[in-house]
Amino acid sequence: MNSTSTVETSSVPVNPTIACSEDCLLRPGNTNCGGCGMSVGLNMLDRILEETGQQCMLAIPACCGIVTAGGFPTSSYGVPVIATTFASAPAVASGMAGVCEINNESEQIICWAGDGGTYDIGLGTLSAAAERNENILYICYDNEIYGNTGGQRSSATPLGARTTTTPEGKTERKKDILSILAAHRIPYAATLSIGHPEDFARKLRTALSLRGLRFLLMHSPCPTGWKSEPAESAQLVRLAVAAGLFPLYEIWDGCTYRVNVEPAWIDPREYYRQQKRFRIDDIDVEAVQRECKENFQRLKILAQQFPHRS
Amino acid sequence: MSKKLVTGNHAAGYALSTAGEANRNARGAVCGIYPITPQTEIVEYVAKFPFTKGRVIPVESEHSAMGVSIGASISGARAFTASSSNGLAYMVENIMVAGYYRLPIVMVAVNRTLGPPWNIWADQSDTLMLRDFPWIQLYCETNQEVLDTTLLAFRLAEDRRILLPALVCLDAFIVSHTQMGTDLPEQELVDRFLPVLDLPHRLRCDKPATMGGLVWPQEAMSQRLEIDEAMERVPGVLEECRTAFAEVFGREVTGAVETFGVEDAETVLIASSTIATTAREVIRNRRAVGEKIGLLKIKMYRPFPEAEIRAACRTAKKIAVLDRNYAAGIGGIFWWDVRAALQDCSPSPLVQGYLTGLCGGDVTPSVIDQVIGDITSRHRATKPIWMAIEAGKEKSR
Repeated sequence: MNSTSTVETSSVPVNPTIACSEDCLLRPGNTNCGGCGMSVGLNMLDRILEETGQQCMLAIPACCGIVTAGGFPTSSYGVPVIATTFASAPAVASGMAGVCEINNESEQIICWAGDGGTYDIGLGTLSAAAERNENILYICYDNEIYGNTGGQRSSATPLGARTTTTPEGKTERKKDILSILAAHRIPYAATLSIGHPEDFARKLRTALSLRGLRFLLMHSPCPTGWKSEPAESAQLVRLAVAAGLFPLYEIWDGCTYRVNVEPAWIDPREYYRQQKRFRIDDIDVEAVQRECKENFQRLKILAQQFPHRS
Repeated sequence: MSKKLVTGNHAAGYALSTAGEANRNARGAVCGIYPITPQTEIVEYVAKFPFTKGRVIPVESEHSAMGVSIGASISGARAFTASSSNGLAYMVENIMVAGYYRLPIVMVAVNRTLGPPWNIWADQSDTLMLRDFPWIQLYCETNQEVLDTTLLAFRLAEDRRILLPALVCLDAFIVSHTQMGTDLPEQELVDRFLPVLDLPHRLRCDKPATMGGLVWPQEAMSQRLEIDEAMERVPGVLEECRTAFAEVFGREVTGAVETFGVEDAETVLIASSTIATTAREVIRNRRAVGEKIGLLKIKMYRPFPEAEIRAACRTAKKIAVLDRNYAAGIGGIFWWDVRAALQDCSPSPLVQGYLTGLCGGDVTPSVIDQVIGDITSRHRATKPIWMAIEAGKEKSR
């Protein structure tokens, strides 16, 4: 297991020789904010798709990801994209996947959605697509706020975070979306961090090799909303993993588990301090730490009792 | 041609399914389905249909039923669904999207009262709430008309000059659950009538495009203008589709409007759906004794057939519009639009609105007689008149 007690610069995980071209998934010159986790995630997705020789179509609900496309008649996306209504990405993708299936086409139908569209307004639609086990790869870039509308709380916002609708800090904990998805017994559910690119790439490969609904939850820094330093984004989310705030793990069929990174149990304050959305005085840090440890302990027990054997 | 005794819902399910099957040599048929009384039998029929190349996805809401159909349609499949009442209200956001994406989805809607109160009977206020979206709207009277119009709707919607979704409407229970002798055409005939779908803007990896991204005001407004131009082409293309329909099936299907005795009529009743059926019979009897009265049935509500209405009302001095629908603060929705269509006619006819049969009330010949009695003796129009309401008002006190 990796130790993440120190912040280190990540190496590029896969084939660094692939140059960015107009054919790439996310074209250069897009309008994403500096340090946006989504940009890293889309580029990573592009590399792994190319590596595995697969093509994709994206269904993107209302979120920053559709603003990424930029203004008509240009688009920052080099792959087919359809913008869907906020709650509808998994439904629209189900229709797309259905047509692929009856035509024996192998394109990956991918939902690329923010946390608002995943945890909140789209949860019912996502749950239904998961229950039907539609052949969709669902990737949630979780920046823990409604970023596109200027930073309001979502049910993915962590305890204590100040948003424009929780001006005194959020009083509720972050929703455990991965457990909800795993409860549908979908083939694969995993968490991703751009601070752990090798792990990220491996999980993308796994997800792309499976059929059915695969769910990836990516911790996606938002310097604009988190009020953090854009250049530090990757290191910042690495701290979240090291503090046990965002554990990295995988669940197959809702049954078997694997924990990927053992947290170094750094003080969560190290993570909080680098973002102006947190005021440490507002947060019962010991209680947060206790809960993170209990949660991780539970995951480890599950991984020991029900290990995934590949 | 052999007729079978089937319900309106069966006729609709048959038409949707055979239309989907007719696309088997192209990209097939995919649809999202969700139940709601009184349309459930339609989606049940579709779910049981043995498609050669199709997939029916039973989803968790009307919103997603249309979502699936959007995804299917943009991928080039023939897509359709059915809904009603509050289900349509829940679906609205995606109904709008299907229109603005220019997807030729066909939806059969059984007209049912919007709740509350809980009432499952006939009322057109549900589909009429969709009147400002880029959807063609067609209202049917009989099971045969439902079947024929549904097939016609696919050809019209998928025509390259149109590319707009279409809504085929029928009255709850009066048509949806009533059996009538209906000709169910063989698949081979449906295949002949419906060319396979080739959506020009379908998503494809060899020609990546972004659908629905940010568009600046001028370009976005021009997209609205293109929809308006497509809407303007509907009446002409509809006539071509009707001709093709008659060639293949050997029978006529109603166009934008249908008239009966309007050529010399001094009084014209305007109605749609099953109210037109009853009104036609009353008018037939009255014309037999020499009354100069006629019927204008509005079949296509969107695009609104303004020219056809003006032509049909050429000789009319008085016009009674019967609405089984209600727009709060306005009155009958057909009445409002008919008034607008006729407002600069010279001499301008008296146009009176009558609200009748809302929430599933029976519109009997005697109600039609009362309307005719009122319009005949009337010298000026008033606000819409609520017909046969006294008993209900008494009970609810």
